[in-house]
Amino acid sequence: MTALGNLYFYVCAAAALAGALAVVASKNPIRGAMGLLLLILSVAGLFLALHAQFLAAIQLIVYAGAIVVLFLFVIMLLGPSASTPTDRRGLYTRAFGGGLFALASLGGMGLVVRAAIAAHHPLPMASPSPVFGGIDAFGSVLFADALVPFELSSALLMVAVVGAIAVAKGRQGVKSLSSGEQRIARAPVAAEPARETSGVFRHDVDAHEPAADAASPEGGRGLKEQAS
Amino acid sequence: MIPVEHYVLLSALLFVIGGVGFLVRRNVLVTLMSIEVMLNAANLALVAFNRSRMWPSPTQTFAGPSHTGQVFAFFIIAAEAAEVAVGLAIVLSLYRLRRTVRSDEADLLKN
Repeated sequence: MTALGNLYFYVCAAAALAGALAVVASKNPIRGAMGLLLLILSVAGLFLALHAQFLAAIQLIVYAGAIVVLFLFVIMLLGPSASTPTDRRGLYTRAFGGGLFALASLGGMGLVVRAAIAAHHPLPMASPSPVFGGIDAFGSVLFADALVPFELSSALLMVAVVGAIAVAKGRQGVKSLSSGEQRIARAPVAAEPARETSGVFRHDVDAHEPAADAASPEGGRGLKEQAS
Repeated sequence: MIPVEHYVLLSALLFVIGGVGFLVRRNVLVTLMSIEVMLNAANLALVAFNRSRMWPSPTQTFAGPSHTGQVFAFFIIAAEAAEVAVGLAIVLSLYRLRRTVRSDEADLLKN
């Protein structure tokens, strides 16, 4: 049983590392997304080994079900331009920065591992109660101790959805507005029959138009077009 | 039983891989995926430490095992979903503006 558990950990760890390397190293973003999926699945497997069953389910639903699908959707939407060709500009600078980061982190990690070996009492895994990490225990913590952050996270998701819609609409909305304004500027010729039907509006416009004509040349042109 | 150090070591390796990808790659999509890798590594470390330090202290009377790390990982997952939604919207907006997804061509504020 213990040997099988060890084997399970090492298989999951190797799959997670392979997935992470595929994300970072693949030229095609589709392959990167598949590597991310492999990483997510193996991390969910490690969560199961760590008695976090509910979190493993959440990981599968949110990551594999939503985030990877969203990535794939955007990659498919962008089409062939989603994969950028490799460029050599600044390659050495980037490699230097990445190597410095990797060396610093791995060096710090090596120091920590050496200190842990020198201290020579590895942290034992506590034996869990059967309910640990299940949906009952997790939910009671989530809705009692972490209630305020939970509600705040719902607000965060709401704001994120609204923000995503606003950002993705972007300039297209502005463009349609400006074309609408152009249509309104050219309106007096086009909207002639509609104005005939609404007498109140017509009267209102007639009453107000001379002042606007005196103020702006565009209003004068509109009146001229209307008269012709 | 696998000791917690193995999990933390794996988490650190994943974090370094994600960080190097974030620094080196220029495709915005790959950059976002590298951030996902780093956050997954953080989640793994949190859950592993939670499994290892389940009981806060032997002397302390406590209602049950602590789920703090798992709840923290849960909130990280929620924040990450929000981040990906907004990030991909920004990528789409950048593509519409510049017809590219390379991060070094997003230089509208330059000059």
